[in-house]
Amino acid sequence: MTDLDEYSRKARAWLAGHPAPADPSVSDARALMAQLYDAGYSGITWPAEYGGQGLTEAEERAFQQATRDVTLPINVFGIGLGMCGPTLVSIGSEEQKRRYLRPLLRGEEIWCQMFSEPGAGSDVASLQTRAVFDGEAWILNGQKVWTSVAQHADFGLIIARTDPEVPKHKGITMFVIDMHDPGVDVRPLRDMTGQSHFNEIFFDDVRIAPDQVVGEVNGGWSAAVTTLLHERVSIGMGSARTDRPAAYENVAATAREQRLLEDPIVVDRLVDLYLRERSFDLLNARMSQEVKAGIFPGARGSVIKLLLAELTLYSADVASEILGPETVAYDSEENGKIARALAWGPGMALGGGTNEIMRNIIGDRVLGLPREPQVDRDMPFRLLKVGTQKEAEA
Amino acid sequence: MKLILTDEQKDLSASVRAFLADTSPMARVREIAESAESYDPAVWRRMSGELGLTGLAVPEAYGGAGFGMSELAVVLEELGAALTPAPFFASAVLAAGVLVQLGDESAAKEYLPGIASGSVIATLAEGTLHSRATDDGSYLLTGTAPRVLNGLDAGLILVVADSPAAVYAVPSDAPDLVRTPLTTLDLTRPQARLEFAGTPARLIGPLDATSALARTMDLASVALAAEQLGGLRRCLSTIVEYAKLRVQFGRFVGSFQGVKHKLADMHCTLEQAESIVRYAAWAADFAPDELPVAAALAQSFVGPAYFAVARDHLLLHGGIGFTWEHDAHLYYKRAKSAELLLGPPRHHRALLAQRLGLR
Repeated sequence: MTDLDEYSRKARAWLAGHPAPADPSVSDARALMAQLYDAGYSGITWPAEYGGQGLTEAEERAFQQATRDVTLPINVFGIGLGMCGPTLVSIGSEEQKRRYLRPLLRGEEIWCQMFSEPGAGSDVASLQTRAVFDGEAWILNGQKVWTSVAQHADFGLIIARTDPEVPKHKGITMFVIDMHDPGVDVRPLRDMTGQSHFNEIFFDDVRIAPDQVVGEVNGGWSAAVTTLLHERVSIGMGSARTDRPAAYENVAATAREQRLLEDPIVVDRLVDLYLRERSFDLLNARMSQEVKAGIFPGARGSVIKLLLAELTLYSADVASEILGPETVAYDSEENGKIARALAWGPGMALGGGTNEIMRNIIGDRVLGLPREPQVDRDMPFRLLKVGTQKEAEA
Repeated sequence: MKLILTDEQKDLSASVRAFLADTSPMARVREIAESAESYDPAVWRRMSGELGLTGLAVPEAYGGAGFGMSELAVVLEELGAALTPAPFFASAVLAAGVLVQLGDESAAKEYLPGIASGSVIATLAEGTLHSRATDDGSYLLTGTAPRVLNGLDAGLILVVADSPAAVYAVPSDAPDLVRTPLTTLDLTRPQARLEFAGTPARLIGPLDATSALARTMDLASVALAAEQLGGLRRCLSTIVEYAKLRVQFGRFVGSFQGVKHKLADMHCTLEQAESIVRYAAWAADFAPDELPVAAALAQSFVGPAYFAVARDHLLLHGGIGFTWEHDAHLYYKRAKSAELLLGPPRHHRALLAQRLGLR
């Protein structure tokens, strides 16, 4: 047995001994994080001097694998652990690392990440939220959107426009802000599922101390790119197949119960679903093996993200086609599974970069294709057309 | 489950690739494709002798190297990528495969060493065929095998006849055997019609060889998927390189999203196909219970995937891709022929449905 196998075995044993409560609350999640921290499973790859374990990606991966079979209700910490923390680890100041990392790992402080704006979706660098330095502090005004867990967050990483006179990528700065500041207004955003998985946030003269700049002033774009890379990897990898109501096994079982397999078209659709799902699962497994062998996926993570998004949309669609009208008119939670999958489907294809953006990344960074000419690359931000315009100029 | 190559398998892949680049570059492939020859005997001799590829997956007891499908798959990927015209699939995959599966010790001892060394080229023939036992215990075959891979090149023909199916050995110089070459879409892989009119034959293995044949076809499905994966990968890399060089409207065509996004989707297909081939090869070697589903999965996915990528790689070349002198059509035609070689995708999808318990 290798050391890594031993590590996995211990992790599994620990997880088995710490079952999740039936209906976990935010305080349950905080308590669990504290236990994970004490057991050495929080911040596995983070530097030891800031509260991490100082281990490698291999141990991190092994722990992630071990959590596949259990529910680990710490989603509220997902943004902090997956994106904000790693960003601070790589480019935060010494003081920021000492102040923020350990409380995050111990579940004492919740983080959110504020990049997207109503006018800056795929093109995040065209963001309009402004931060102006008044001689003592940065004054923040503007709006962010699609922010997970902001309603629970104590701190947030934000990028804002600090110099509109230079091209868009060169006038952005990243800050840590206090989400309890009276100028921060967090409002739930109701999405197409009817629920509120995200928030929109309004900033009204929020004061930010100069030592809360992350990285360099006007150097926020490269910081944001680091954060977003972490996002894509974490979105793509964390898929538990059994949770998908439109998974092949579930749809095939229902089709069998309802005696639909006599229809050759149903059988052929199920074969399609199987092919798409199995090819995705095998690719996911292959990439895991590569990581264990020391080959890191890099931009190929976008392949996983794109294929998972397409599979999610396709599964719900084909499940409804196979099972028929009862998937969209129902009388119980249980019978509404496919309808919920249909409503949730587009989320996977939009969050963390649209399918079109994923294809750009695969083209540019995996295949090394020439980039598209960018008309706005060298123009001062002030002169750019951004967001949604009333009409196209002739 | 092992889905990534070992260092030894990577070395094997690199040496086969270098050998084929040296001895069978596209210029040579085209020469053979446009001539009456179906393969280059000198390349075949080196491939089977020096590199030992024909005997790679033949058991050591019968003169082979005793490796598994995982290694054979690596070799087939390179042959598929280089479009090498050679009777490798017919002889080293189909014929050697059925001889191993039939478990007829004396026939294996007699035929496999020649196939392993490359001195004998063998193939597998299927069709509407019947056997008749004679008084001296031998058999006479009657009927037609309409499409036999390398049917004219093979010195040994293993014929599937009757129902339940049995396998018979027929030397190519047997009396009352007529071999007629067919015109094939794929210029790199010949087929022939074989007509048997009371041709003397030797029974190999049991009179009911159904299960050995099913396993042979499953293994061949995995092997073919590996060859298809190699072709798919080559098509994608060829068109990606071209998209970095070709300029229209003042821009490299690879910078247009209409092109780039298609190439990104093709790359996703490659990643899926490679994962399936590695899995299916692993199942062939180490998880026989999983092989039937894995084999049907491999042909259902990888066959059509190769054709789609070969087609799009041709189209994305623009007009030059439609010319005879460009290589794109050779891959397009190979991809379509390979997709149908062991039965069309609907056949493999039906098998998959059956094996998943859907029918």
